[in-house]
Amino acid sequence: MVKEDETFPCDLIFLSSNRGDGTCHVTTASLDGESSHKTHYAVQDTKGFHTEEDIGGLHATIECEQPQPDLYKFVGRINVYSDLNDPVVRPLGSENLLLRGATLKNTEKIFGVAIYTGMETKMALNYQSKSQKRSAVEKSMNAFLIVYLCILISKALINTVLKYVWQSEPFRDEPWYNQKTESERQRNLFLRAFTDFLAFMVLFNYIIPVSMYVTVEMQKFLGSYFITWDEDMFDEETGEGPLVNTSDLNEELGQVEYIFTDKTGTLTENNMEFKECCIEGHVYVPHVICNGQVLPESSGIDMIDSSPSVNGREREELFFRALCLCHTVQVKDNDSVDGPRKSPDGGASCVYISSSPDEVALVEGVQRLGFTYLRLKDNYMELLNRENHVERFELLEILSFDSVRRRMSVIVKSATGEIYLFCKGADSSIFPRVIEGKVDQIRARVERNAVEGLRTLCVAYKRLIQEEYEGICKLLQAAKVALQDREKKLAEAYEQIEKDLILLGATAVEDRLQEKAADTIEALQKAGIKVWVLTGDKMETAAATCYACKLFRRNTQLLELTTKRIEEQSLHDVLFELSKTVLRHSGSLTRDNFSGLSADMQDYGLIIDGAALSLIMKPREDGSSSNYRELFLEICRSCSAVLCCRMAPLQKAQIVKLIKFSKEHPITLAVGDGANDVSMILEAHVGIGVIGKEGRQAARNSDYAIPKFKHLKKMLLVHGHFYYIRISELVQYFFYKNVCFIFPQFLYQFFCGFSQQTLYDTAYLTLYNISFTSLPILLYSLMEQHIGIDVLKRDPTLYRDVAKNALLRWRVFIYWTLLGLFDALVFFFGAYFMFENTTVTSNGQIFGNWTFGTLVFTVMVFTVTLKLALDTHYWTWINHFVIWGSLLFYVVFSLLWGGVIWPFLNYQRMYYVFIQMLSSGPAWLAIVLLVTISLLPDVLKKVLCRQLWPTATERVQNGCAQPRDRDSEFTPLASLQSPGYQSTCPSAAWYSSRSQQVTLAAWKGKVSVEPPPALSGSRHHCSSSPSHSCPGSRVQLLV
Amino acid sequence: MAMNYNAKDEVDGGPPCAPGGTAKTRRPDNTAFKQQRLPAWQPILTAGTVLPIFFIIGLIFIPIGIGIFVTSNNIREIEIDYTGTEPSSPCNKCLSPDVTPCICTINFTLEKSFEGNVFMYYGLSNFYQNHRRYVKSRDDSQLNGDSSALLNPSKECEPYRRNEDKPIAPCGAIANSMFNDTLELFLIGNDSYPVPITLKRKVLLGGQIKCEIQKSPGGDNLEERFKGTTKPVNWLNPVYVLDSDPDNNGFINEDFIVWMRTAALPTFRKLYRLIERKSDLHPTLPAGRYSLNITYNYPVHYFDGRKRMILSTISWMGGKNPFLGIAYIAVGSISFLLGVVLLVINHKYRNSSNTADITI
Repeated sequence: MVKEDETFPCDLIFLSSNRGDGTCHVTTASLDGESSHKTHYAVQDTKGFHTEEDIGGLHATIECEQPQPDLYKFVGRINVYSDLNDPVVRPLGSENLLLRGATLKNTEKIFGVAIYTGMETKMALNYQSKSQKRSAVEKSMNAFLIVYLCILISKALINTVLKYVWQSEPFRDEPWYNQKTESERQRNLFLRAFTDFLAFMVLFNYIIPVSMYVTVEMQKFLGSYFITWDEDMFDEETGEGPLVNTSDLNEELGQVEYIFTDKTGTLTENNMEFKECCIEGHVYVPHVICNGQVLPESSGIDMIDSSPSVNGREREELFFRALCLCHTVQVKDNDSVDGPRKSPDGGASCVYISSSPDEVALVEGVQRLGFTYLRLKDNYMELLNRENHVERFELLEILSFDSVRRRMSVIVKSATGEIYLFCKGADSSIFPRVIEGKVDQIRARVERNAVEGLRTLCVAYKRLIQEEYEGICKLLQAAKVALQDREKKLAEAYEQIEKDLILLGATAVEDRLQEKAADTIEALQKAGIKVWVLTGDKMETAAATCYACKLFRRNTQLLELTTKRIEEQSLHDVLFELSKTVLRHSGSLTRDNFSGLSADMQDYGLIIDGAALSLIMKPREDGSSSNYRELFLEICRSCSAVLCCRMAPLQKAQIVKLIKFSKEHPITLAVGDGANDVSMILEAHVGIGVIGKEGRQAARNSDYAIPKFKHLKKMLLVHGHFYYIRISELVQYFFYKNVCFIFPQFLYQFFCGFSQQTLYDTAYLTLYNISFTSLPILLYSLMEQHIGIDVLKRDPTLYRDVAKNALLRWRVFIYWTLLGLFDALVFFFGAYFMFENTTVTSNGQIFGNWTFGTLVFTVMVFTVTLKLALDTHYWTWINHFVIWGSLLFYVVFSLLWGGVIWPFLNYQRMYYVFIQMLSSGPAWLAIVLLVTISLLPDVLKKVLCRQLWPTATERVQNGCAQPRDRDSEFTPLASLQSPGYQSTCPSAAWYSSRSQQVTLAAWKGKVSVEPPPALSGSRHHCSSSPSHSCPGSRVQLLV
Repeated sequence: MAMNYNAKDEVDGGPPCAPGGTAKTRRPDNTAFKQQRLPAWQPILTAGTVLPIFFIIGLIFIPIGIGIFVTSNNIREIEIDYTGTEPSSPCNKCLSPDVTPCICTINFTLEKSFEGNVFMYYGLSNFYQNHRRYVKSRDDSQLNGDSSALLNPSKECEPYRRNEDKPIAPCGAIANSMFNDTLELFLIGNDSYPVPITLKRKVLLGGQIKCEIQKSPGGDNLEERFKGTTKPVNWLNPVYVLDSDPDNNGFINEDFIVWMRTAALPTFRKLYRLIERKSDLHPTLPAGRYSLNITYNYPVHYFDGRKRMILSTISWMGGKNPFLGIAYIAVGSISFLLGVVLLVINHKYRNSSNTADITI
């Protein structure tokens, strides 16, 4: 027994409720996020039991299927045994099932019998399905780590081998001044070698930046707050801000190459407005709607066509009644509003709730046309007609909507006893079943509407006579009771029932584009991201939306790969033909698409529908299916935009998977708002949910949720870009600083007889990664903005600079590692030559080994921190505080550490070491010198790269830094390409070979044509007056 | 690391106008930090900004380098190897362990006079004072005068911890292998009668001794205090009779302190004696012939080592060290050169950028 507002503890079969009709209301908000109340029905034979004794006396068996995660599917059967009769068999469906996690509403109490408990409940089964996603950065991080692991092992091996080679002479192994203990001498050689190997491993283990993982996690976790805090991504209307469900993928947002977006609710607002209806070819338009409010005379209709005949009038009313009846909309009284959507006509004091916004729009639209749907009561649907009379229809059957049939029907019995079947559905599923009505006119209208981007539905009806109805009842009953293949049998039954219809008319509902959707898509495309639209909608509507949001432009050549074409030709032919068309241009096209210089080049848009896709995806017997897939992928890659319509949810995921595992392994992002997008969201590398109107299921399953599609722009272009820059620097820097840290230690082994003597004191070894160098990089990785937010938003092409993991490629990684090696060599040998065989204090003292180590360490801490300072482009007070603060901390710590005899330590080797070092002039000079030498190559590399081969980002930075010089700033074509270009400046590798040629030509042309003095003259001229461009020199180039 | 997700906010919400109400609470704060708009300095390393830095580095480093180089060159230093592995060397006879005590004399000539304080070092090479087993073979508590550690030295001292059931003080390999040659210096005048040169034993110059960790255990009589311990195996004398000066005995003996600070590299030198400046008029060590008397105790040829005696004057920057000066000059010049190269590149690039200004 469950009382009102309680949550069901397990999956229950609903036996009875205290309501007379055996229904109860349930909200499944915590399951799938749909906040509407759903009505569940008690089993017919048990709904009379209202007390515990009654229930106790019930004798029945329940058969049901094995537990499965689908929330909306359940098949089972209950056998109710009574003393007298044969057992009664009743079907059990999902409407009898109360799910764990759902909450009972508006019903005082219910009785139920538990069927699935614990981990078998549907809720529990659903929880497991979310898989772990890893970002590309993490993958390359792991690859780098393996390299370092190899370095570590080889270092340890080299040292072990060398140690034994070196020790082969006994006077080295055990000189008289340094003898071993007896037990050490007797140890087995191999055991000794192994212990030595392990000791070297321990000595060098700091090269594996364990603290990096901690820092990365912290950076991701803290960094993700910036997304939630972003005011620009807060939606005023809904009061929703962005949600971050996982912080593991922040940087992946900066790596997206493919975006798969849902149309309804994502690109569009999913705020349906009833636009017009077409009855028998006459078009009706409800009054203009201003800001969602209907103008006063809401019952008026604009007749576009001539006034209808009497017959027409009847049809018209029938049509409106059909719209009023054929739906699953619930009416909420004002006292129980919950997640409300008020009807525009507030006076009626009723709120319609449905899982489909189309239905609400239709019912509301019809309300404005004079027919108001009042409620469903005791299986009677009540509606208020134009004359304010209440009409009652008995609801006999609902043939509910599913995405395969794409239609739904109701069978009602009017007060006069006539039985009607009303069917509403997509045009493609209605027209073939229609035998009567003005099909052509309506089809024309429907197609026109579809082109305008309206969502159309057709309405048809059929009058049934009693016998027919009984036949139908039997058919349905048989299908419903079936335990196996119930779905299939039901579908077959529906198929038989919904035929020979009479077409009434069509409706058109507008789904407005979300604000700035077009702008966003344009920006994303400029950023080098391919946008695919995957929708369940029909081709024409979807294509219209695509045009509206600039996914397709006027000059886009559309390639169609649809069922229609495949029917005409074989799939094989179509595919090859398309690929031929596309590939003719692809040589230049694909590359120029990247460079963004080919605005006027022919670009292609591909339209494919679900059926064609399944043909392509279907594995064939002869195993050549992969061939089609490859071909299809090839075509897709050459198209700038792809529209997939008529997609089933699973197909959406299939497409994502197809791209995800294609040979470049691009990073995919799926964005959607509805339950049908969940599979795609889970499949893609990054799943983004739009907190929309179709419930929160998508948002719940996504990695990030945003209130509106337009926020995707900032999410990717700004946050994604930043996070990527930040984390890649973080990763590389960590490896770098650990190389700097450990490599001197490795070198020192050559000078201490491979004895595993540490160069640095234990405290330094421990604290290096924890406190001396950790905070600056963490704060850098939270605060860094190499370019301003506004610039990033304004110039989406900058996104290409970081695409394809540009900052974590092997080249960059090797550069950092080499830099680390160089610095380490400088530290060690700098200190070595300074110390070697001489005194460096004015009082003749000689430094010991700990002073040596401390000098190396000091130089290293300063170099490593200053290197980060050089990389920082955004110095807030926090950065200043942390960078200078940690240097200061190092000095203070060292002074303290060496300034006091610490009683808890059993060695005092660091005592006075640091102070002694600071008392030596040459030590200061050496620190300055070595830090300078270590930083010099990096500065030089940076400046040269920026000067000679700047990336787009750097150019923009230059532009920001010196706005007055803007006229003389760099442009894409000015980049000089040289053989060394690829290796030194990998991130600039965007420019196609084509533009390289152009550039080289331009460069040569300039050099040969104009003598340098004249040029420098024109430069001065230019920079002195920025507004004045230098036409002369430009023409020179263009020639 | 998944974050909390609060889906229920709206579900259980009250009146239909709830979104408006919650908007205020959910709305992110418009603070500069949260919006990532903190005021910031945005420096960019361009040729323009770096150029002057390169030139400045060049201009600063080269003079410093020249200064250091000159200073280093003015330092007088002489190094005498007295290992005696060569048969011709006077110390060759001392290689065999039978001759004890073995005293040998090496003559040398100073071409130029040494002025100011002259420091006398001994140098060892191929001696791994930085070997791990060696470095840790000491007991800092014992050296710090802890009486319990005195009688019970740390295990780190093995195998130099106990000798014949008595604890060794000072224990460990470092102490055990303390350098024990005695070096004496004589000026050979014209009349071939050598004049001994005063070698000051207290080399750590005044207050510095306080900064060392070594302290003898408390008590009146030094010998009494070390009762119950034995001397390190290789030592000739126990720790309390290292020097005739009572203040320079025990753990605070300066030769001992110097030895206990392990060297960083296998070739090292350690401060031995100080020859103090006498007056401004006379050089500390005038040019001329000198003889070095060595009481040869310390065997190094077993491990291919060398022994040296070094005389060196000292400047503000320590001993002779050409490396630092040369390095400064080199870095300064490189930086200057790079500056010039960058200037050229910058010049060219500016030219080209004008002509190539087409699109963004």
